[in-house]
Amino acid sequence: MMLKPLLAALLLAAPALADELRGTGDLGLIVEREAGSLLVVDRSARAALGRIEGLGDLSHASLVYSPDERFAYVFGRDGGLSKVDILTRQIVNRVVQGGNSIGGAISDDGALIAVANYEPGGVKVFDAGTLDLVADVPMESKTVGIADVPGSRFIVATWDTGEAWILDHSANPADPVITKLEGIGANPYDALLTADGRRYIIGLFGEKGLTQVDLWQDPPQVTRFLPDYGKDQPDMPVYKMPHLQGWTLADGVFALPAVGLHQLLWVDADELTEIGRTDLVGQPVFALARPDRREVWVNFAPPNNDTIQVVDVLTHEVTETLTPGPGVLHMEFAPRGREVWLSVRDENRVEIRDARTREVLGEIQANAPSGIFFTDRAHRTGL
Amino acid sequence: MGALILGLALDAAVPAPRAAELEHMVRQDCGSCHGLRMTGGLGSPITPQALAGRSADDLVPVILDGLPGTAMPGWRPLLTEDEAHWIADYLLEAE
Repeated sequence: MMLKPLLAALLLAAPALADELRGTGDLGLIVEREAGSLLVVDRSARAALGRIEGLGDLSHASLVYSPDERFAYVFGRDGGLSKVDILTRQIVNRVVQGGNSIGGAISDDGALIAVANYEPGGVKVFDAGTLDLVADVPMESKTVGIADVPGSRFIVATWDTGEAWILDHSANPADPVITKLEGIGANPYDALLTADGRRYIIGLFGEKGLTQVDLWQDPPQVTRFLPDYGKDQPDMPVYKMPHLQGWTLADGVFALPAVGLHQLLWVDADELTEIGRTDLVGQPVFALARPDRREVWVNFAPPNNDTIQVVDVLTHEVTETLTPGPGVLHMEFAPRGREVWLSVRDENRVEIRDARTREVLGEIQANAPSGIFFTDRAHRTGL
Repeated sequence: MGALILGLALDAAVPAPRAAELEHMVRQDCGSCHGLRMTGGLGSPITPQALAGRSADDLVPVILDGLPGTAMPGWRPLLTEDEAHWIADYLLEAE
């Protein structure tokens, strides 16, 4: 008599358990910045699985993944640092660690989460398990372009003071050894670390040119390059700062978004000299290499933010101009480059295209989507 | 009374559909640097509290021509004077 309800309960529970026993390698998160929520998506099914809500102000939000690809650490504009479980779709922990943050990074051993803050300026470092504060490093400046350097290190650039700081937590996580590189250029607006962890490339807003920090040298070697690109051309207004994550290093060549010019700059990675330029439709924001590095996909600042241009790495020519719709804020490639997901903010959807034929394969409804983050980022340095 | 008349005049200068576009632009595009909630980021906070003591006439040139030496661009290529005025009023009065 008691068995019947028990059996019914078991039958109901069984499919749920089967559903829950799954890998996370084809999952991802999409930031719904106005709503302060994350959409959990399944790449293989090209579908949303559910939503995680209550994450605060997600303007300019970004996130990193734990090494097991189960948890994500979300950096919100309101200074919130949230740890979410993408399988149970719940917030595991949340701390408001600063007044205004811009991004973060996870150490190569997965133990430390570093958050770069605008207000108060500097970096705070947290225990990835508990979100307890481990180290607080004030820098008296807004900080940009934080990245994880191999060996429990982080690197960050300072907008107001033009420095790069390397924090080495390997000996004592609570008391990092700090290497400060001064005079790296005026107003760094973002930076990236190449996938091998060697080159930290800093974009400058306050002056022409870029700066490379070679982290394989001891002490790290600072090189300025392209010191006067575009100096003979009038600057155009920059309605959105370029982002530097995803800059190509293809075939020994960087493809860099220019600032104040509607161009992509091609740079010899060894010589740090300009080898070409590609004219584009607007101010580039992201210039992302398709994972096979054969093409660079570019999106744009307003008023051209409805457009994507695809540039051939061999010829440096624009081979395709796509217009997915108003407010194409971000692109994320499947890890092996078969498809690309595009957030189309003003149409409340994410468009999925074949990255080779450009054919639209599907779409997912999302509330004013911005950043798209697939879990394979867990295993990539500098993301 | 004066403010009310001014407000009506501005409403007339910027038709409602365009006003909706401008509101969207403020949140999304100004928000790229100033935050969706205008609480600041790379750019300064531009909430009504942060702008206390500033006037629309004071803000319009900043919106149209930017602030040289900073990351604030001039939006003149995308906005008329009336539209910049609408945005200045919107920022000063929002919520």
